[in-house]
Amino acid sequence: MSDIDDLEHADHPDSSQYIVIGIILAVFTAIEVAISFAAVPGHLAIPSLIVLTVVKFALVVLWFMHLRFDSGWFRRLFVFGLVIALAVYAATISLMLYAGGNGPT
Amino acid sequence: MAELTTASASTESHATSLGLSNEKLGMWTLLGSECLFFGALISAYLVYYGRYNGVPEVSPALYDIPFTSVSTFVLLMSSLGMVLALSAIQRGDDRGFRIWILATAMMGTVFLSGQIYEFTVFVNEGMKLDTSPFASSFYVLTSFHGVHVTVGVLMLVTLWARSMTGRLTQTNSEVVENIGLYWHFVDIVWIVIFTAIYLIPWEQATL
Repeated sequence: MSDIDDLEHADHPDSSQYIVIGIILAVFTAIEVAISFAAVPGHLAIPSLIVLTVVKFALVVLWFMHLRFDSGWFRRLFVFGLVIALAVYAATISLMLYAGGNGPT
Repeated sequence: MAELTTASASTESHATSLGLSNEKLGMWTLLGSECLFFGALISAYLVYYGRYNGVPEVSPALYDIPFTSVSTFVLLMSSLGMVLALSAIQRGDDRGFRIWILATAMMGTVFLSGQIYEFTVFVNEGMKLDTSPFASSFYVLTSFHGVHVTVGVLMLVTLWARSMTGRLTQTNSEVVENIGLYWHFVDIVWIVIFTAIYLIPWEQATL
């Protein structure tokens, strides 16, 4: 194994860290489901669910997809697509809220 | 150092002028563009939310949250299986790789089976593709994701077969990393779909 390979493996998490992240993902999913079943008012439930989803998303992207450890170019490419997708999402929500829901039927 | 680690992913990878692997750069570009696809489809679902075309019984009330939660859990754990498979092949543990990659493919298959079962139940309840804009947007979004999972399972099985025949080893493991990226992407898309489609009570959303 080359010196560069050694550095790569020193950078990446080991299997036990992956398992810990897997457990965190499972626990967060259980909390999400519990929130949806509990009689939590929408103004509390919706932000909580969104935050939990963002955290789960970030855990998978940063650790399982190694974006935290890889080149910044990969991060820029992915974030570029993600930002445009979120802009589409935000524009849609704005239309729904401010155009009185008069979208296509 | 991050630049170096990426460039060294495999002895077989071809570096770009940036010192990055062409294949990996291509995969990240694909995933960035896929964000747009799914962003558009999720937006379409939200636009059509509540448009039941005079069939109010075909609504999110049909969703079986406990069942979908189990499917979601299985898909999340498949991501863990994928990363453990990658870790195994990078260590040169071919047997461990084959076990984890097969486990990942099986979990993907369980997820797909759950989706087919869910669709069957919905159709029997009267929720068909052309029932309403709400039903159409739901089926287009979730089946588009299902097609991605199917492609992913086929790629995982191919990796397993290549490993069994000795054509996939530690030296050319970058292909595992790239297919792993695709698989994790399918997982993160479902993380968003599960919350946006199944869990969030949009009718309670107010500014």
